[in-house]
Amino acid sequence: MSTTTGTAAIDSGLAAGGQAPRRKARAKAMRTGSRYSFLVPTFYITFLMLPIYWLFNMSLKTNQEILSKFTLWPDEPTLANYMVIFTDPSWYNGYINSITYVALNTLISVAVALPAAYAFSRYKFVGDKHLFFWLLTNRMAPPAVFALPFFQLYSAFGLIDTHIAVALAHCLFNVPLAVWILEGFMSGVPKEIDETAYIDGYSFPKFFLKIFTPLIASGIGVAAFFCFMFSWVELLIARTLTTTAAKPIAATMTRTVSASGMDWGVLAAAGILTIIPGALVIWFVRNYIAKGFALGRV
Amino acid sequence: MLELKHVSKHVDGVGHIRDVSLRLESGSLNVLLGPTLSGKTTVMRLMAGLDKPTSGQVLVNGQDMTGVSVRKRDVAMVYQQFINYPALTVYENIASPLRVAGVKGAEVDKQVRKAADLMKLTPYLERTPLNLSGGQQQRTAIARALVKGAHLVLMDEPLANLDYKLREELRDELPKIFSESGAVFVYATTEPTEALLLGGRTATLHEGHISQFGDTLDVYRNPQDIITAQTFSDPPLNILGLTKKGGEFRTSNGTLIPASEEEKRLPDGHYKAGFRPHHLYLHRQSAEAVSLPAKVDVSEITGSESFVHVTCLNHRWVALEHGIHNVEVDAEIEVFVDAKNFMIFDDEGRSAASLMAVNA
Repeated sequence: MSTTTGTAAIDSGLAAGGQAPRRKARAKAMRTGSRYSFLVPTFYITFLMLPIYWLFNMSLKTNQEILSKFTLWPDEPTLANYMVIFTDPSWYNGYINSITYVALNTLISVAVALPAAYAFSRYKFVGDKHLFFWLLTNRMAPPAVFALPFFQLYSAFGLIDTHIAVALAHCLFNVPLAVWILEGFMSGVPKEIDETAYIDGYSFPKFFLKIFTPLIASGIGVAAFFCFMFSWVELLIARTLTTTAAKPIAATMTRTVSASGMDWGVLAAAGILTIIPGALVIWFVRNYIAKGFALGRV
Repeated sequence: MLELKHVSKHVDGVGHIRDVSLRLESGSLNVLLGPTLSGKTTVMRLMAGLDKPTSGQVLVNGQDMTGVSVRKRDVAMVYQQFINYPALTVYENIASPLRVAGVKGAEVDKQVRKAADLMKLTPYLERTPLNLSGGQQQRTAIARALVKGAHLVLMDEPLANLDYKLREELRDELPKIFSESGAVFVYATTEPTEALLLGGRTATLHEGHISQFGDTLDVYRNPQDIITAQTFSDPPLNILGLTKKGGEFRTSNGTLIPASEEEKRLPDGHYKAGFRPHHLYLHRQSAEAVSLPAKVDVSEITGSESFVHVTCLNHRWVALEHGIHNVEVDAEIEVFVDAKNFMIFDDEGRSAASLMAVNA
């Protein structure tokens, strides 16, 4: 590292500090400094991608091919596994259920967290700092701890096996996180903007929707993303609180041992389809997340 | 008309504003002058209704508005920071108070264009504020305040973050623009020069208390107490400790300074003479001037003027001289003061003039 920066410094010194020459010098230094340095990221990415590739590979094979021989790519690629998922209600309902409660949860979490975060960022009240920290401690316990009380509670209210049950249960983890993230973004907006809006005569709801929300839009995006991610990935509570009508896809995937044995190909196809929504969401919010990291809140 | 009656503001038990009483007429230009942390912003927030006073009353046109929400008041405010709505275009920023008030589209357009024209913002109406320079951003904020046509216009050091040239331009423009509207115009600043340039009336603020309120020039020339004189002086006021006996003042090194006819009527005792830096001379200007020994601490030259910091009879003084004067640091020199430039204060800081008014 020291050698590369040294070369870069000398080069840029000769080039009289121009921005472009300096960048070129750094790139050159990296090239000459370690010719094989590309190997490290290559290996790393290969290792990361290997299971995903293998899943994809399996999803395009027949069960017979998966079980009988080792092939790096399918001999006879087939979309039959995917067809099973898209035609069999017990499969595609899993996706619909998951997406329903995840969307519900994201909506509720962000809607509840917005006013809470505004209060934490704008007002002083007794115990505000303690309360703010206490919110985070909700996330310190593993979800398993809460599975039993939730089950008991929701049974009493007849909420078991509904989408809203899972959505509400996930709020316990997502609301604190969303409040934490949004508070960071809101505190970055000067309080004088609020006051100017009041002076101009805006009512609070109008100010919040028209003036304030656009300023923290990226924060809302980041918060929604993290709520989505947690809810999408969480399995234990979701499985405990549902039986059939709201069964999540991940639960469906763990119950695929039938009389004819494991249906490997379909399972692999289901796995691929489960990865896609998360990947899509990440793609859309990737720039905002960088901003969240810069604020130290993600 | 805006009136503050014995207004105080405490935050966590600490008094930020102590017993402020002010009466500001409609169509008047009022300057709040005070150093940082003197409470200018707090006074403005109390006037606007953003904060509620701990005690006292705020009256608008004789009507008690204490505690009435800022949304229901007829106020416009411009902050020192450039505060606009970043998500809206400049046009919508300026139009915002009109839109909230439910003004019709064509009328909004007319007023926005007029204000934008006045603030030289017409080419930038479709941009968002963050794509403008600092001066343009602040002009947007001022245009918004202008368009509102509020009865009370508050400006909290609006030009402090602008460059010199823009500041001069806007300082000339602002009072003219707002005096036409008949509003109560309040302008907070830390700079005595700015107060003098603006004219109107000035209230000097010191540690949350109004030390004097009156016509700007009058406050400058005849401060009621030493604190007002110090607040209204930049560079800082020079102070000389004196003992009065009979018709003369005596300095601590025994130099005698004759008192004026009026000052002779003051009782004997300890006094302080305040005089401005441009009245401390490095060369004898008149026959009456008194010479005092001094040691040079620092000498600064700012183009056409020289600031010479000296220690004289244990007082630290500044002399402001035109032209370039090179004085060696640590040199023992003579400085000259003239009693006719003195503002005499007693030990408690009250001015001689106000003392005699009380005695008479």
